[in-house]
Amino acid sequence: MQLTVWTYEGPPHVGAMRVATAMEGVHYVLHAPQGDTYADLLFTMIERRDRRPPVTYTTFEARDLGKDTAALFQTTLREAYERFRPEAVLVGASCTAELIQDDPAGLAKAAGLPVPVIPLELPSYQRKENWGAAETFYQIVRTLAAGRDAAADGNPSSSEGATRHPPLPAGISPARGEIGGFDAAANPSPQALTQSPRLQGCSLEDGGTAGARSISPLVGEMPGRAEGGDAGIDSSAEPEKTAADVHGEAAHFAPREVRRPTCNILGPTALGFRHRDDLVEIRKLLGAIGIDVAVVAPLGASPADIARLGEADFNVVLYPEIAGVAAKWLKRSFGQEFTTVVPIGFGATQDFVAEVRRLAGLPEADERQGEKGEGASTEAGSNLPWFSRSVDSTYLTGKRVFVFGDATHALAAARVATEEFGFTLCGLGTYAREFARDIRAAAREYGVEPLISDDYLDVEQAIVAAQPELVLGTQMERHVAKRLGIACAVISAPVHVQDYPARHSPQMGFEGANVLWDTWVHPLVMGLEEHLLGMFRDDFEFNDGAKPSHLGAGARVAAEPETSAAPASAAAPFPAAAADGETIALGWLTDAEAELRKIPFFVRGKARRNTEKFALERGLSEITVETLYDAKAHYSR
Amino acid sequence: MTGAAVHPGRAASQAQGRAASPMAGCAERPILRERGQREVFCGLTGIVWLHRKIQDAFFLVVGSRTCAHLMQSAAGVMIFAEPRFATAVMEERDLAGLADANEELDAAVSRLVERRPDIRMLFLVGSCPSEVIKLDLSRAAARLSERYAPDVRILNYSGSGIETTFTQGEDNCLAALVPQLPEAETTSPQLLVVGALADVVEDQFARLFSAMGIETVRFLPPRKARDLPPVGPSTRYLLAQPFLGETARCLEERGAGRIAAPFPLGAEGTTLWLKAAADAFGVDPMRFRSATAAAEARAKRALEPYRAELSGRSVFFFPDSQLEIPLARMLSRELGMALTEVGTPYLHRQHAAEELALLPEDVFLSEGQDVDRQLERARAERPDITVCGLGLANPLEAEGLTTKWSIELLFTPIQGYEQAGDLAGLFARPLDRKTRLKV
Ligand code: SF4
Ligand code: SF4
Repeated sequence: MQLTVWTYEGPPHVGAMRVATAMEGVHYVLHAPQGDTYADLLFTMIERRDRRPPVTYTTFEARDLGKDTAALFQTTLREAYERFRPEAVLVGASCTAELIQDDPAGLAKAAGLPVPVIPLELPSYQRKENWGAAETFYQIVRTLAAGRDAAADGNPSSSEGATRHPPLPAGISPARGEIGGFDAAANPSPQALTQSPRLQGCSLEDGGTAGARSISPLVGEMPGRAEGGDAGIDSSAEPEKTAADVHGEAAHFAPREVRRPTCNILGPTALGFRHRDDLVEIRKLLGAIGIDVAVVAPLGASPADIARLGEADFNVVLYPEIAGVAAKWLKRSFGQEFTTVVPIGFGATQDFVAEVRRLAGLPEADERQGEKGEGASTEAGSNLPWFSRSVDSTYLTGKRVFVFGDATHALAAARVATEEFGFTLCGLGTYAREFARDIRAAAREYGVEPLISDDYLDVEQAIVAAQPELVLGTQMERHVAKRLGIACAVISAPVHVQDYPARHSPQMGFEGANVLWDTWVHPLVMGLEEHLLGMFRDDFEFNDGAKPSHLGAGARVAAEPETSAAPASAAAPFPAAAADGETIALGWLTDAEAELRKIPFFVRGKARRNTEKFALERGLSEITVETLYDAKAHYSR
Repeated sequence: MTGAAVHPGRAASQAQGRAASPMAGCAERPILRERGQREVFCGLTGIVWLHRKIQDAFFLVVGSRTCAHLMQSAAGVMIFAEPRFATAVMEERDLAGLADANEELDAAVSRLVERRPDIRMLFLVGSCPSEVIKLDLSRAAARLSERYAPDVRILNYSGSGIETTFTQGEDNCLAALVPQLPEAETTSPQLLVVGALADVVEDQFARLFSAMGIETVRFLPPRKARDLPPVGPSTRYLLAQPFLGETARCLEERGAGRIAAPFPLGAEGTTLWLKAAADAFGVDPMRFRSATAAAEARAKRALEPYRAELSGRSVFFFPDSQLEIPLARMLSRELGMALTEVGTPYLHRQHAAEELALLPEDVFLSEGQDVDRQLERARAERPDITVCGLGLANPLEAEGLTTKWSIELLFTPIQGYEQAGDLAGLFARPLDRKTRLKV
């Protein structure tokens, strides 16, 4: 049992909802008690969606348990189908329904809906939101895209199946016991009949299911970054591979003059951190390079769109947490390569452009692209490089930055912070345990301790210990930073309503780099102001307890973290008595204490700790002004 | 597809529902009963206000990641002053064996008690997963109580979505408190006001009762867990909230007697509520008038401008907190609004009897929910204002319906004379906005 107050990620079925809500023509029937309907408000309130998520909940109660929860699921499924007429149905269970084991997959099969039904098995007691989104997207892709391919091959059994019987989703064996219910197939609605041919290919075969059933797609690796790593997808996709090879070759030898290269964009979902804005940027970027976008998924994709994913030349993976597994499957099945660079920041965007050109078979660009003002050819260039080099920004150099978020955004922020702002990284972490390896590797490179934790109290502790001047984190870290009086910008989910700004505000691409520049610099005390603070510390208004002037009036919540190991607090001007036999109580003399207060708040905690450490090491029991400056000299060597 | 019984399998159990004991007079009022998808929070949500109300109590949900996520989403804002609630998230290994889960729970509690030495009362709150795996929280509470007595009292109740709808969580919490209340030692009657109220409202009521000469007034829940009000056969209790069926039953087991009354919403509602207590305590009518007249007049004056704005406007209630019926009564009688459908998750006919008697004849009542059907009715009705939960509000606004978030009615002080105007204002503002906005 994990004791928690705030969580970075919701349960895995919320991840499935993010995929379903992003798509068109999909409906998710979720076996869940009434309270779980809270998840709707994430979409309607936080993201301000103007439609309810396409989710129907069974809302079973205690008195249904052990009697007819299974029948309730079937009724709900049938009614939801009839009401919403989706082109594909997702079925699954939330944490509670997982325990009562009604087998939504089997029940859905028995209901015999005339559209593909995709069962989701999302282990609520092991996995979380992003995993759920990845698994859901993967299941959708492998069911619908594989089906299309079979149909294209003229697989007679599948087209027949669509007219005679409703097509079964992959993963449901016709051999499974029938569970009494209505026979929708016997009396299909006209709409269902017209719709089903579009999707008729949904494979009747059970092939490949066994291997894929219990995969843990993201475990221990970041798909699209780490090499290899099939993460449990076994080689059951043999027949598809053949089709893929043919397809891949065709794409490869297609003359460029005749056809612009095409790609899919994979990863954006509902309730994503700036996903919609990123998508706009990346579309623009690809268009400028000369690449057409075939399908964007899940955001805005219909089941029919998913079915033609295999037609594109390659895949652009924007969020490996969500699309990595599906991209790997597409690579195996259709030979589609996928991008591994996430275009967040100026340098990464350039790398991304280079990678995309390579995957598209386009010649390398001959010059540095994308910078404004330097004769750059790209219209939507970035101001970031020049802004970072302008003299004014010298004050940013070496500022200590703590980075925490999902893996994609944390890794990107670490690179941007160090290479493009000149900050010093003093901490790097993620709550996404699946990506621990990537974060550890990066942390090693930057020479910091990696933090892998989904306990916000651990993160708070790490921030306090690292003494950063800027925190780049999630809404959780924003709160922590606010309490500690440290500047903060939000770079990653979990999101709140303010992460959906009215203006276009991408993180990706060249415009994204501009946005990063503005958002990260905004909370900081500006260069000259910082010096003035240092010079006139005693000014009653213009003191270091005040916020940066452009952020409005008001005192900082706590100028100094209260974690100092010293028993003597700022309020105790005289040497304190030894607290217990073990530790020497360090006494700050009044004037030393006063001198300490003159040090700007953002380094004061560190100065205090260093001075105390210095004094302890030398066995000094009291700290004078001299000790303070001795310590300063000692540590600045 | 006909009628209300959408899930035929469930219809049979309908009769044993909470809507029991028919009362003369109101039982005849027709009501649509629906069993379909509910779009309502579970009882865990009550913790969001209860943990603020009882200042030295802590609420530990024994549940899943879903429960923890609900708590942080329903709160709407993350209250980052460390809140006095948390979730012990069950993981795979807890589900493997119950003994294991109990040990884990003990460990979680001991960590908690260590970190929060200020806590005097700890509620173990059951969730759907803990109930489905039959984790016995009452035994856990008894076991842990022994260990932490007398410093921390440990109680348990269910806030699960399979047992409770939204405000029923508070009902179960208060019901769990009742056996803990000390025995009233006096035989002279004392008044117990039951149901969490904002502190400011509680203070106003205490002053009013005192002005009419009712001196021994206590409130449940108390602000301090150490300060539990006594109860016994001499206790007369007055419900401040309409959703306290189980708490009332427990109080009656302790011998307390209920004072039947409408609920203290609006000027009229507050007067009738106070009057019921005054009559039960034999307060002289003159004294009652002098104690309440000024505040009542103030409330009516505060309502006047809103009446001009809201009169004749139609309102539709989606079921949420069980406050719907008293609210509908107040809106129709004091502000002249036209009621269309008034949906409530449960109707406690006995406790709502006085309210039902005041409702207009033509109101359409519904109990339970089938959210898609209800949405169809709302769309057909096109009410001027629709009271609904957070999941429905923006989609309805996008369809051109003006909405009022029902949860605000729980998170804002609305009871009593001084809040009557604020309550009306909550309904007027969305309409006001509609007339202002040109976008
Ligand atoms: S409905 Fe049940 S599982 Fe869902 S949040 Fe409420 S208690 Fe937890
Ligand atoms: S302050 Fe931040 S985290 Fe808290 S509620 Fe507002 S936006 Fe959400």
